[in-house]
Amino acid sequence: MTGMRGLSVFISDIRNCQNKEAERLRVDKELGNIRTCFKNDKVLTPYKKKKYVWKMLYIHMLGYDVDFGHMEAVSLISAPKYPEKQVGYIVTSCLLNENHDFLKLAINTVRNDIIGRNETFQCLALTLVGNIGGRDFAESLAPDVQKLLISSSCRPLVRKKAALCLLRLFRKNPDAVNVDGWADRMAQLLDERDLGVLTSSTSLLVALVSNNHEAYSSCLPKCVKILERLARNQDVPQEYTYYGIPSPWLQVKAMRALQYFPTIEDPSTRKALFEVLQRILMGTDVVKNVNKNNASHAVLFEALSLVMHLDAEKEMMSQCVALLGKFISVREPNIRYLGLENMTRMLMVTDVQDIIKKHQSQIITSLKDPDISIRRRALDLLYGMCDVSNAKDIVEELLQYLSTAEFSMREELSLKAAILAEKFAPDLSWYVDVILQLIDKAGDFVSDDIWFRVVQFVTNNEDLQPYAASKAREYLDKIAIHETMVKVSAYILGEYGHLLARQPGCSASELFSILHEKLPTVSTPTIPILLSTYAKLLMHTQPPDPELQKKIWAVFKKYESCIDVEIQQRAVEYFELSKKGPAFMDVLAEMPKFPERQSSLIKKAEYVEDTADQSAIKLRAQQQPSNALVLADPQPVNGAPPPLKVPILSGSTDPESVARSVSHPNGTLSNIDPQTPSPDLLSDLLGPLAIEAPPGAVSNEQHGPVGVEGVSDEVDGSAIVPVEEQTNTVELLGNIAERFHALCLKDSGVLYEDPHIQIGIKAEWRGHHGRLVLFMGNKNTSPLTSVQALILPPAHLRLDLSPVPDTIPPRAQVQSPLEVMNIRPSRDVAVLDFSYKFGTNVVSAKLRIPATLNKFLQPLQLTSEEFFPQWRALSGPPLKLQEVVRGVRPLALPEMANLFNSFHVTICPGLDPNPNNLVASTTFYSESTGAMLCLARIETDPADRTQLRMTVGSGDPTLTFELKEFIKEQLITIPMGSRALVPAAGSAPSPAPPVAQPPSPAALADDPGAMLAGLL
Amino acid sequence: MGIRFILMVNKQGQTRLAQYYEWLTLEERRALEGEIVRKCLARNDQQCSFVEHRNYKIVYRRYASLFFMVGVDDDENELAILEFIHLLVETMDKHFGNVCELDIMFHLEKAHFMLEEMVMNGCIVETSKANILSPIQLMDKAH
Repeated sequence: MTGMRGLSVFISDIRNCQNKEAERLRVDKELGNIRTCFKNDKVLTPYKKKKYVWKMLYIHMLGYDVDFGHMEAVSLISAPKYPEKQVGYIVTSCLLNENHDFLKLAINTVRNDIIGRNETFQCLALTLVGNIGGRDFAESLAPDVQKLLISSSCRPLVRKKAALCLLRLFRKNPDAVNVDGWADRMAQLLDERDLGVLTSSTSLLVALVSNNHEAYSSCLPKCVKILERLARNQDVPQEYTYYGIPSPWLQVKAMRALQYFPTIEDPSTRKALFEVLQRILMGTDVVKNVNKNNASHAVLFEALSLVMHLDAEKEMMSQCVALLGKFISVREPNIRYLGLENMTRMLMVTDVQDIIKKHQSQIITSLKDPDISIRRRALDLLYGMCDVSNAKDIVEELLQYLSTAEFSMREELSLKAAILAEKFAPDLSWYVDVILQLIDKAGDFVSDDIWFRVVQFVTNNEDLQPYAASKAREYLDKIAIHETMVKVSAYILGEYGHLLARQPGCSASELFSILHEKLPTVSTPTIPILLSTYAKLLMHTQPPDPELQKKIWAVFKKYESCIDVEIQQRAVEYFELSKKGPAFMDVLAEMPKFPERQSSLIKKAEYVEDTADQSAIKLRAQQQPSNALVLADPQPVNGAPPPLKVPILSGSTDPESVARSVSHPNGTLSNIDPQTPSPDLLSDLLGPLAIEAPPGAVSNEQHGPVGVEGVSDEVDGSAIVPVEEQTNTVELLGNIAERFHALCLKDSGVLYEDPHIQIGIKAEWRGHHGRLVLFMGNKNTSPLTSVQALILPPAHLRLDLSPVPDTIPPRAQVQSPLEVMNIRPSRDVAVLDFSYKFGTNVVSAKLRIPATLNKFLQPLQLTSEEFFPQWRALSGPPLKLQEVVRGVRPLALPEMANLFNSFHVTICPGLDPNPNNLVASTTFYSESTGAMLCLARIETDPADRTQLRMTVGSGDPTLTFELKEFIKEQLITIPMGSRALVPAAGSAPSPAPPVAQPPSPAALADDPGAMLAGLL
Repeated sequence: MGIRFILMVNKQGQTRLAQYYEWLTLEERRALEGEIVRKCLARNDQQCSFVEHRNYKIVYRRYASLFFMVGVDDDENELAILEFIHLLVETMDKHFGNVCELDIMFHLEKAHFMLEEMVMNGCIVETSKANILSPIQLMDKAH
């Protein structure tokens, strides 16, 4: 390389440039020069080419675009001499990427170098492919590279590069490495003596096991062997020890590979590994030499991760926690940083909260560290370790820190504080305090979500309203308050200010004047909120205060011709309404409660974590098998699970009272219900049309959306047509009918899946109410657009689907709650008409919603004393119907009992003296019937399992018929294929003769249950 | 994938070497380098060697007027990278004899050759100084 004078001169010139402009001029001149040379000199000497190509790389490094000469760089690859070839390879891999056309031109040359005999050329070519090789390289070169890697005649300097080259090819195309053939070879590679080859091979292994750990399980003991060799035996050539430590990098890699295996089964491997880990945990001392100290701690921290991952040895886990506890209080900033980071990871892996809590004050100290990197780690750790017991302390620390935190951290801080306050509030007034303080201290960083949320809480909790109102009033006394504070206090005082009327300074006119003082300081979007507040204040002033009315009317008058349409409309409407007297009261009545939904804050945080946080543990967690989409329960990590409300059957021991009891009241809903997410509707509310009730409340009064009502009759008839026969352009994954049938018997699972989207469902049922959540997950890396979901409800169900967003972002999941109410018994099914656009393809599907009759049944087991009086009281058709069913799917009696139990018709064992019969009971809920007891008796024929006699009774003729038909469908349905939905006799009313036909005379003769039948 | 990029920047913020192991457009590189350099140069000796930036973690180390900055994935072992930087510096020392900014500037190709022997596709290939330097020595001999 000596003697490239032109290059040295150019670099000196650049170095001597006084400013960026001079540098640019010099660079432009040089680029012009190179371009001319490339164009004019037909035959450039390799020396000149080399010189120019280096200059290009230099200019590229300085940040200037070099958009020519790529061909010259690539052409050097085929130069016969090493120095030119080397430059060609290195500069090409810096300037080009895998998609560059010139690179494709070079594939052949590269391949010739790889399979050629010159090992220095091999190295160059392998490195280039390893750095920028794309899919086409993977397809054409993988076998050659594998051959080199395992070749015994190849020297280590080539093989180590082949290992990492293969890693690249594998990443570009996983099929480049054939799992079956390669696993054994991989294991053999790990026996390698040369540490360069071993280091590269371990990197390759990490990539392979992260993809499929089972296939490479034979490599697990080999990794342990490597660790033993390095950490225990110190069996390493001198040049691979670093400050006395046997290749810390290889030790770290080997331990990293082990973290991709879920467990270690083999006892002797396990023992060996734990010995090594123990040695590392105990034997790492703090030493004076910085490099040695860092290197040994690099190994120690990796060992900690591995121990946490294995989470097996109690003793060792507590050693780890103790070490981390020590680390977070040392002075050395690197160790402190890593201590905090690993403690946070530990929270995710295992249950060590209580021990970590002991270090809370130390962690809080780190929150005030001068180093932002450390403060961030401390914040994350505090956020992770927060629970009900320490929420108050932690949130107050965060609030305190907020005033001094740098701007880059304030947004994250306020979001985290708001989430913790919401998740773990010991009482709601504290929550209100926290949020108001947040707005006060960092108003600019408090997103709308945060203050919408506090409004929701206050609206939904009557006890909280006077407190919130007085707090809001207090903040108004401050001299300068943030605009968000104006919004939230105006809203709260408008709604609940009247609750304070007796307190000093809180009369309507006083509230008005203090709020109105703020009006000149606020921006346009806040004015409509103030106008609504004025209107509400006016409405609450009883008897009317003419003085106040005059003032407020003056304001309305003033904005009557405002250029902002929203303001103008409100001013005009409020003015007119306020003249109407009682009608005014109705329109401006207190806002109804908001439907429960997941905090948009928590969702936001989850989203942020999803996109930003790709920590090792998270990645590793993703490798664990999971049904992420459906079962991902958005519960707080360490919060109490949301209260599960089990309807209690009042007096369930007395069937008559059950039959009489009306549907159960809903009870108070918990305020934080992370299981019921939905898009935030409050933003609509506070925008235009602010005086309308929340959408949830509206639809409770109407009967579903009008447009849907119109078609519901038609749907009634068609609901039992196999809706899954559609001409979609996508390939469905799984059978829709099977999925539906599975979901009829369970409450969560996948409803629909194609290559683009997965729709999962999760349901909770209580009495005649149901709450379903549809989880729509976009599986692609591009958005799904024009997403539409329309519910076609049958006449007996009232359904309210929260709006589904038009677009589902890449890899995102949207959740849409669906409220269901059962009005009367029917077997018809609701249909979800779903469509979306992927690229230009429109995909649509009509999916049956598993809100089937059995979902409104509550299991109920009766004793004979309870059963028989009820049974006798049902005196025959139409309340009690009997039918002989043929073509029954043959089931053994216990299986049939399980089937009944699975759809909540509870088998009461031992009630029927005939062991071939089953007696069952359940409670059905609907708005029209209330809670209604249902009884059933199935008489089977052991000689012919394909027929049986069934008697069903209840206090409602429709219910009796529908339940009988439902049970019949279940008994003859073969839950395969789409025809299942149309059972032979399912749709026509009572086609089978209702005549009591004993299954067989023989069965009748010795049927001790004839006594029962006689009671009919 | 481990190491995403390696930068050598002097205390005036001028890039002296840049090696990326993932493709970024020129604009992205310029923006990234600008932000990272601003963040790292503002830090003092009492602060830790790690800076979080977007979805990278920057592990950096200062030698006299030169900053060595390595961008890694969030889950990389930070201390191992920190010492890898030192290994790189020791290797350069061994070749240049007490390496300085000018050595790297005027022998950019050699710095690249060394890196090429040490890191490939974002993974560490070789940690033995003798093995790293042997191809360069062979080439020097040929001249």
